[in-house]
Amino acid sequence: MNEIDDELLQQAHYWMRLTRALDDRGTFLHKQSKIVGGYFSQIGHEALSVAAALSLGPKDIIAPMHRDLGAYLVRGLTPRRILAQWLGRETGVTRGRDANLHGMGDLSLGIIGFISHLPASTGVITGVAHGIKLKGEPRVAMCFFGDGSASQGLAHEAMNWASVFKLPMVIICENNQYAYSTPLSRQMAIEHIAQRAAGYNMPGVIVDGNDFAAVYHATKEAVERARSGGGPTFIECKTMRMRGHAIHDNMAYVPKELLAEWEARDPIARIEAELRARGLLDDAKLAALLARIEAELDEAQAFAEASPYPDPATLTDGVYA
Amino acid sequence: MTWDQGLHKATTVLAGEQGTRELTYLEAIRAALRYEMQRDQRVLVMGEDIGVYGGAFKVTQGLIEEFGEDRVIDTPMTELAMIYAAIGMSFEGFLPVVEMQFADFISTGFDAIVQFAATNYFRWRQPVPITIRAPGGGGLRAGPFHSQSNEAWFVHTPGLKVVAPATPADAYGLLLSAIRDPNPVIYYETKYLYRSLKGMVPEGEALTPIGQAAVRRSGEELSIIAYGAMVQEALSAANELERAGHSIEVLDLRTLKPLDEAAILATARKTGKVLIVHEANRTCGVGAEVAALIAEQAFEYLDGPITRLAAPDTPVPYSPPLEDAYRPNAAKILAAARELLAY
Repeated sequence: MNEIDDELLQQAHYWMRLTRALDDRGTFLHKQSKIVGGYFSQIGHEALSVAAALSLGPKDIIAPMHRDLGAYLVRGLTPRRILAQWLGRETGVTRGRDANLHGMGDLSLGIIGFISHLPASTGVITGVAHGIKLKGEPRVAMCFFGDGSASQGLAHEAMNWASVFKLPMVIICENNQYAYSTPLSRQMAIEHIAQRAAGYNMPGVIVDGNDFAAVYHATKEAVERARSGGGPTFIECKTMRMRGHAIHDNMAYVPKELLAEWEARDPIARIEAELRARGLLDDAKLAALLARIEAELDEAQAFAEASPYPDPATLTDGVYA
Repeated sequence: MTWDQGLHKATTVLAGEQGTRELTYLEAIRAALRYEMQRDQRVLVMGEDIGVYGGAFKVTQGLIEEFGEDRVIDTPMTELAMIYAAIGMSFEGFLPVVEMQFADFISTGFDAIVQFAATNYFRWRQPVPITIRAPGGGGLRAGPFHSQSNEAWFVHTPGLKVVAPATPADAYGLLLSAIRDPNPVIYYETKYLYRSLKGMVPEGEALTPIGQAAVRRSGEELSIIAYGAMVQEALSAANELERAGHSIEVLDLRTLKPLDEAAILATARKTGKVLIVHEANRTCGVGAEVAALIAEQAFEYLDGPITRLAAPDTPVPYSPPLEDAYRPNAAKILAAARELLAY
């Protein structure tokens, strides 16, 4: 991690801690039945979502998915708006129309809202990148998808298109070993999803998705390549989904040894070890940071809970622009 | 002879409209694309074989020479990525017009339309101003996968608009409106009419508003409600009935979503007898919705059963005797209308 400067490392640490705390808050609120429907934890994905988002500039566009809470936060979506979304309030990003992290788009922040058909983001971001290229702007479009989505035709169609038109695009594949209960071995017959990049004639990079610095360097390089006209890059981030597919899923199908192995590679523990080694973090500083984050989330939760629900009389409004 | 040249022995020429030029239905579509592309730099077209080759039906012929390959984009063979790409381009400020080579192939792009494009504004208030051109309909001996009229799939989906022009003037005017509409619009153009129908088409800003039906022929005894290729068939049947002393009204829906409910109810209330005609399969077709609307809101005006004449619930067959049995036409409309008139 030596090439990451102290300031960036501290910034990343804040975002990763905020991401996990907000995620824990979500789980808690679901247990209290304040969040209804499903809840999708992202624990284990903090390093990759924060690193990928930090590698971008303010005018770049991302299409994150439901394990990329960190990317939304880095792009400027506030815990207030996210909590209000989870609680189904009018002040949430989708004004109570869409659930959990779905649809949390805001182009003023360069964020595209995803749909449950996750490979859709690869297609949409292909079009964004195509538009950017037509305008000749030095901007980049980045999408996120997973090992399950990799089996869907659209992911292939989009990567093929991106390469044919040499688009300014970065494709982040979050290989977290399981798509719901389906293990990687039932999803594909190759060891690395990034092997497929060769089939599209684009660079395929494999990184440890739980290592902030590794992801940051890989995405930064891909972003610069895209920005300078070098075309798309496929980055496979190896990680692990540390909770069930959604909150109802006890993931009994995941071997305990596998979880233990990844627990030992926890992304937050690793960045904190580096910070401590550099003398940038100690127990007191960490306690202060966590207290600051909890206060920030308390305030955001209070805002969300004080916000009104959408008015049922507005149900049919806004189907059409 | 191939289907892009058409099987038509004769071309119908619509007369009497105010206009400055006579165009085929196909030329009217091309004129609309050219006009919008000249007017607005944000408009671009893309599809399979549409640029250098000029399109399977030559609708886009000449556009790549005039506007260049950045705005007339030959794509890989992927309707799904194409429609998703159009959505993404719209987020960058473009107004993409996507050509499905045949309406039949729109099914491979289904997710992009019904899951993403249709819901986006409702979810996070970002409009998706894309237009999808879908050359549909049969009568050209093109078989099950080059003849479909699958518009009902999209009429059922909130967030989409669906139009189906029946004349060159509306082919032009509805395409202008579709491109300028901030919502995703599926534009069903009728291959059968491409070269068989000519009419006067105004130049410039001759928009046909989305959501407005047109009374093509005024009458008192019976209303025929149709769209697309069936409008000309309905008019032929109505003319024949007029010679037998009947007074028939023909309503061209023009837009299938949203339906012009006022126009539908007005004609039903006026004549009290309604025959709904479409080329699409019968079950849960657009006609079912029109019939339900009339039953709910004009019941007391009816003087006979609301009647539907549609294709049977089979795939579109290839062999001429089978396709002729499948597809409604003027003779079948005439028979159904006579039966309803006698009720």
